[in-house]
Amino acid sequence: MTWFKKKETPSQEEKAIDALWSKCNVCQEIIYKKELERNLNVCPKCSYHFPIQAQKRLAIVTDEGSFKELDRALVPVDLISFRDLKRYSDRLREAQQKTGLKDAFITGRCEIHQLPAMVGVFEFDFLGGSLGSVVGEKIARMIEKAIDEKIGAIIFTSSGGARMQEGILSLMQMAKTSAALSRLRKERLPYISVLTDPTTGGVTASFGMLGDIILAEPGALIGFAGPRVIKETIKADLPPGFQRAEYLLTHGMIDLIVERRRLKETLGKFLDLLYH
Amino acid sequence: MVRHYLDFEKPLRELEREYEELRRFAPRDDPRVSARIEKLEKRITKVREETYAQLTPWQRTQLSRHIDRPHTLDYIRMIFEDFIELHGDRGFMDDPAMVGGLARLDGEAVVVLGHQKGRDVKEMGYRNFGMSHPEGYRKALRIMELGVRFNKPIVTMIDTPGAYPGVGAEERGQAGAIAHNLREMAAFPVPIVVVVIGEGGSGGALAIGVGDRILMMENAIYSVISPEGCAAILWRDGTKGPLAAEALKITAADLLNLEVIDEIIPEPFGGAHRDYEGAAATVKEAVVRHLRERKDVPVERLLAERYQRFRRMGSFLEE
Repeated sequence: MTWFKKKETPSQEEKAIDALWSKCNVCQEIIYKKELERNLNVCPKCSYHFPIQAQKRLAIVTDEGSFKELDRALVPVDLISFRDLKRYSDRLREAQQKTGLKDAFITGRCEIHQLPAMVGVFEFDFLGGSLGSVVGEKIARMIEKAIDEKIGAIIFTSSGGARMQEGILSLMQMAKTSAALSRLRKERLPYISVLTDPTTGGVTASFGMLGDIILAEPGALIGFAGPRVIKETIKADLPPGFQRAEYLLTHGMIDLIVERRRLKETLGKFLDLLYH
Repeated sequence: MVRHYLDFEKPLRELEREYEELRRFAPRDDPRVSARIEKLEKRITKVREETYAQLTPWQRTQLSRHIDRPHTLDYIRMIFEDFIELHGDRGFMDDPAMVGGLARLDGEAVVVLGHQKGRDVKEMGYRNFGMSHPEGYRKALRIMELGVRFNKPIVTMIDTPGAYPGVGAEERGQAGAIAHNLREMAAFPVPIVVVVIGEGGSGGALAIGVGDRILMMENAIYSVISPEGCAAILWRDGTKGPLAAEALKITAADLLNLEVIDEIIPEPFGGAHRDYEGAAATVKEAVVRHLRERKDVPVERLLAERYQRFRRMGSFLEE
């Protein structure tokens, strides 16, 4: 029982405040929203990297006007008529209305510092960025296109893992995307994986961890099993910083932690060093 | 051996126990006893048919995890000759939840590996209930690479609740270990036949599950998440496993329908645990047949077809 009950609906005044101000999840600092956006959604006080939408991510890392979206027309289908407390088809419709996207992933061709690459970005707001058939198909296609055009590929992950509502087919997207990356690798074309908060489950255990270069944003939660599941399994507290980007760097699982404002520059350098 | 019964097998238990007792201890020459035995036999046949004819996905889930069910090492013992187990990932440890080695199948040298569960409390702990750490997947990869170097076909057996969710497993790269296996298995230039013999639990199962042919035993399950795990998240109630088992489409028939597997391996009536030798013979026949069919396929075509096998999986529309 909580002592202070949260009000069901915020008052007009609270709404107005919410529209202008954000609170940092880590240091609790109240930040003026415009200021936060100018700072690429990174807390100016503690450098917490707020999750950002796919479109914003693309705007931050690609050369202006260079992004050409691909496979926009791919839409999810509820093949197994999945229903839990809600129908999967209803969940899809709600997510599509909420995000304006057909599914949880955007792909396209872009340039970073004038260097071409195929790029894919998760939209976490779409069913937790879960990996379903459309996401898997888009990844396979972008990798195949990278091979055709003899350019590299970059994927920004933020995902809870495989999309349960698509049953076994969602699990098979792990195999499908990894097989595509095996071909890219054989062609000696670079693949850079950028892990952002949060990346867990089947996404980490396939293309997430298959990068020639694996980067992460500061503080990002990255793992196979979620922290809650692990805690329940081992029935003990988890070590401080467990499954955060810094922890993974210390344990040798990733190459580099890159701040958001340095991301474009860093990706450009990697492409340059690997291409030429 | 003490036979273990599942909840839904209870009506059968009473009948089979009485039958066994009569046969063992009652005087055979007593006509009343032989009449009773005859009656019981008929009744048992009928109840067996009623019990097993229309198993629900949840009942199959229970059967797939049955404590008496044959495990990887049982099948290896019954199907393969000259099996020599190989140990360790050459980096950190030997993971007893994954076993594998070299062996001969129907006269031909092969690599065979799979998840290994335990049967009693001690062995279950030792095998970590068939849940591998990263070292298990790395051992599997190492053994498969050995097979590739010496041009041996690969047979894998899936039987795991999933990859182990623990601190050490995460620290040592559980996700990366699984991912590497997926990528490497996609391109191994030797035939790979995968058999789901029991529980196909998520990424930990798929980590040895990329191949040219995926076969599945009649009462095995293969799922993106355990029915209980799915229920806990989507129904917010872990006891709704039977509902989730239904919704997730995890039975062999479902997966054949979704074109994820190539063939269902029939099991002895009532499940593989009721007739080890019978189950093993059927598995052997299927594996040998598929390996033989893939054996002489040129490598380029073998790999192209394996790629396409997974490439076409998924459901979407293009507007």
